[in-house]
Amino acid sequence: MSHQDVLQTRFPAAGLKFSRFRDNDRVVVPAGMLVEVLTCLKHEGGFDMLVDITAVDYLEYADAADRFAVIYCLLNTVTGERVIVKTFVNDPEPTLPSMYPLWKSADWTEREVYDMFGIRFAGHPDLRRILMPHEFTSYPLRKDYPLKGRGERHNFPVITRAES
Amino acid sequence: MPFQVSDLAELDAPEKEYLWTLNFGPQHPATHTTLRLVLTLDGERVVNAVPDIGYLHSGFEKLGEDLDFNQYVTIADRMNYLSPLANEIAWHHAVEKLLGIELTPRCKYVRTICGELMRLHDHLLNVGTCALDLGAFTAFLYAFYQREKIYDIVEFASGQRFHTSYTRVGGVLFDINNAWVDKVREFCKGFRPVHDEIHKLLTRNRIFIERVQGIGYLSKDDAIAMGATGPLARASGVIRDLRKDEPYLAYADFDFKVAASKGGDCYARYLVRMQEMLESLKIIEQAIENIPAGPINVDPETKAVIPAKPAVYRSIEGLIQHFEVIMPNRQAGSPKEEIYAATEAPNGELGFYIVGDGTWRAYRARCRPPSYIHFAIFPHIIKGHLLSDVVAVLGSLNIIAAELDR
Repeated sequence: MSHQDVLQTRFPAAGLKFSRFRDNDRVVVPAGMLVEVLTCLKHEGGFDMLVDITAVDYLEYADAADRFAVIYCLLNTVTGERVIVKTFVNDPEPTLPSMYPLWKSADWTEREVYDMFGIRFAGHPDLRRILMPHEFTSYPLRKDYPLKGRGERHNFPVITRAES
Repeated sequence: MPFQVSDLAELDAPEKEYLWTLNFGPQHPATHTTLRLVLTLDGERVVNAVPDIGYLHSGFEKLGEDLDFNQYVTIADRMNYLSPLANEIAWHHAVEKLLGIELTPRCKYVRTICGELMRLHDHLLNVGTCALDLGAFTAFLYAFYQREKIYDIVEFASGQRFHTSYTRVGGVLFDINNAWVDKVREFCKGFRPVHDEIHKLLTRNRIFIERVQGIGYLSKDDAIAMGATGPLARASGVIRDLRKDEPYLAYADFDFKVAASKGGDCYARYLVRMQEMLESLKIIEQAIENIPAGPINVDPETKAVIPAKPAVYRSIEGLIQHFEVIMPNRQAGSPKEEIYAATEAPNGELGFYIVGDGTWRAYRARCRPPSYIHFAIFPHIIKGHLLSDVVAVLGSLNIIAAELDR
C-alpha cells in the first residue's frame, strides 16, 4: 500500500495535497496535523528512516502565500519508497512540533533548521545553535539576511594572549 | 578485553565528582579536520561525548542561492574534498533532474567511472588513515600511492588534481580520449595487488583487530532510526545502496554486488569498505571497455550546455548558443518546482533539495550531507568505550569537516 492510500484511508477529509514531480512523491500537510500524519506514515506506512529535514524561506518567491516551508524527506528502507512531506509555518514565532520522539535523526537536522531559519521545534531535547556561534543573533539562510552578512565577523570579540 | 554492553549500566550513575572533562580538538592529529568533542571521562572510559561543530562553516548553502547551476559546482566539490567528483555528480544529478535533462550515454558512462574512482579514492583514504591513527603506517602509504594515481587520472580528464569542477549541466567540461582510457585500464590492473597487500597488512593483523573489533557498535535499528546510510549502514546490516535501489547514471548496466555486514562495529565498517573497493573496481573495468561513442554533452540547442569551442569561434549559431548560456539575461530558466535527488556518494546518501524559481540558479540549494548525519550518531556509539577508541570510531565514521559544516 503506498503512502497515498495509507493517508487517504486514515485522513479522508483532512485536505492533504498530493503531487508528483519527476520521481518525487510529495504531500503538503497543514501544520496542525503534522504529528498525526508523520506518526501514521512511520507506523502504518513503514517509513522508518527520516532522511532529512530542511526548510525554505519563501520571502522573495513569486506567488508564495506562506513564509517558511519545512520539508521532511522520509524513506521506507524495506520497499525503498520515498515521500516528501511539506508543511508551512509563518511569522511571528514559527514553531513546529519536534520529530525527535519518532526519529532520532531529527536531533541535528532540526537544530540546523533552527540555527539557519529560526524555526523552533517544540519538544526538542537540546535546541541550540549548531553551526553558527552561540552569540550569533540572526538566522543566516533567511532571505532577508544579506549574503555578505551584517558585519558580525568584524565585531566578534577578540581574545588577546594576555586575557586567555 | 573487548567492550561489553553490560558495562554501560554502571556508567548511568549520576554526576560523579571525579569525572574529568577533556577537550578533544578542534585541532588534533586524529580528527584530521576541525571538529571538536567535549568528552566526559571516568578514568579512561568515555561517559559522555558532546560534539561541537561549525568551525568550518562557510555558508555553502547561502552561496548556492547566489551562484548559478554551473558556478556552484566549484563549491560543491569543496564539500567532501576526499571525493570531490562524487559531489559534483550529485549536484548536477539533482540539477538535471530539476531541469529534466537526460544525459547522453557516453556522459553517463564517464560520470559513472569518475564516481567509482572517487569511491576508491575515499575508501583508500579512510582505510589508510584509520589504520594510521591506530599505528599501522605501511597500509597508509600503500593507500596513498594509489590515491596519487587517481589524482593523475582526474587531472588528465579535467585539468585539476583536487577540486576538479569537471561536471557541467548536461555533460562534462572536456570529453575524454583514448589516453585517458588507457590510464584507467592501467590503474585497474595495478590496483588489485595493492588491495591484496592492504588486506594482508590489516585484515588479520592482531593489533589492528583488537583496536577495532567490537568497538563502536551500531545496531541495525539504531542505524535506521538515526538516518545512517552508505558503508556505515551497510556494516550494520541495512542493505541499501542507491546504485542498486534507485539506479542512476549507468549503474543498471553493470554487474556488481552490494557489500554488507551484520557486525556493526568498526571492523565491519573496515571490511565493508575493503569489499566495496573491489566492487567499484569491477564497475570501472566493465564501464571502461564499453564507453559508448557519440557526443558527451547534450544537444546545445537545449540552451543547457556551452557548445564546443570550435563551434563558438567558427559559426554564428555556436556563438549565439554560447551567449545564451553565459549571459544572465538570456539564460534558460528552471521550472518553478522543487526536487530532492540523491546519489550514493562514498560516504552515504548525498542528496540535494533544490527549489527552482524560474531562473538559472537555485532559490534554495539544500545539501543533505552524510557526514553531518553520521556525526550525530557518534556520541551514541562511543559511550562506554576507552579514550583511545575515540580515534578508531572517528576514523571508521569518515567525518569530513567541510561536508559536516558546509
